[in-house]
Amino acid sequence: MRVTLRIKRFNPEKDEKPWWGEYEVDVEPNDQLLDALHKVKWYQDGTLTLRRSCAHGICGSDAMVVNGRNRLACKVLMKDLGKKVTVEPIRGLPVIKDLVVDMEPFFAKYRAIKPYLINNDPPPEGRERLQSPADRERFDDTTKCILCACCTTSCPSFWANGDYVGPAAIVQAHRFIFDSRDQATAERLDIMNDMMGVWRCRTVFNCVECCPREINITKAIGDVKKAILEGGVR
Amino acid sequence: MALKTRTRSYGSPNRFEVASWYFMRVSGAALLVLAVFHLFYMHVIAGVDAITFEWIVNERWNGPLGMFWRTYDLALLLFALLHGANGARWVIDDYIHGRGANLAVKSALYVLTAILILMGMQVIFTVPLHSQQTALSALVTALGR
Ligand code: SF4
Ligand code: SF4
Ligand code: FES
Repeated sequence: MRVTLRIKRFNPEKDEKPWWGEYEVDVEPNDQLLDALHKVKWYQDGTLTLRRSCAHGICGSDAMVVNGRNRLACKVLMKDLGKKVTVEPIRGLPVIKDLVVDMEPFFAKYRAIKPYLINNDPPPEGRERLQSPADRERFDDTTKCILCACCTTSCPSFWANGDYVGPAAIVQAHRFIFDSRDQATAERLDIMNDMMGVWRCRTVFNCVECCPREINITKAIGDVKKAILEGGVR
Repeated sequence: MALKTRTRSYGSPNRFEVASWYFMRVSGAALLVLAVFHLFYMHVIAGVDAITFEWIVNERWNGPLGMFWRTYDLALLLFALLHGANGARWVIDDYIHGRGANLAVKSALYVLTAILILMGMQVIFTVPLHSQQTALSALVTALGR
């Protein structure tokens, strides 16, 4: 089938402002949007710039706004998009070129939540730190995050105030706060309890709607808020 | 090409914000009951035609349930204004980023809220109780019902 891709283009070295490029491509219904973008880049306009790596929804590098919603180009199929497809860079981060944005502000927030296990006791001799299946289950959902930034860049609260730590960083913090092996719960809750931490979330649910891993982000944020209110994890 | 990005550090815990978040939940739930019943009472039970200043003073605030209504109205006043003002504070923080402008608009909001609360409380507290009914006896009557 033949579809029209409307892609928001911007080259800061040449363009004064973004413009829409239109490209007609023939695709199979089961092609990914990423395949269609490749067809444009490989056969029509080699200057089209985008980021992707795994092409299988795992690396999280090809988040973009597709028909107004944040999606991974490699996870959405052409048959679900209609004959006219608009593609824009994700919002709220500086555009470097075309569909590539500067992810550094996003990753700075990720680093701010100390995304690593903190446990100062030595592990039991010769083996790993054990955890019951029930304890593992508490943060199972938030281990699935691939840091694609779909959620944070769909969040109106983040658009309004770029200092907001954002749903992705909260999801990552949740993954350690509710890990029974982690000892830095209090410190992590202090980070989340910042003016620009969880309190900027208004429970708009944009993040939940677009997470390609189907993480229940708002529930994770609610868990963190509750833990702060109760002064720790119960 | 190096894009300039600002990195803010996180981790100044904020007791006030915890309390404010909790207050928004509690007052939200309370307002759901208070405001809906208020509308229902005024429009359906009392009837719009009945609502005059005399009716408020004589029936609502000096009737057998006078003390109940004054407490009810005080709770409605405080919850509605504080809930609304706190929400507006967040909107201001979202959209007004300049320090000076942010402070100015927030100060105006706080002053306005304080004035409205004081005006409301002045009415609720200073409309006299009818001579035969002291605050205490009204409360006893109200509780006895
Ligand atoms: S639920 Fe919170 S984090 Fe998610 S989009 Fe809404 S405001 Fe943003
Ligand atoms: S929570 Fe979901 S949408 Fe957000 S960064 Fe992780 S995988 Fe992407
Ligand atoms: S290319 Fe890796 S997630 Fe889409």
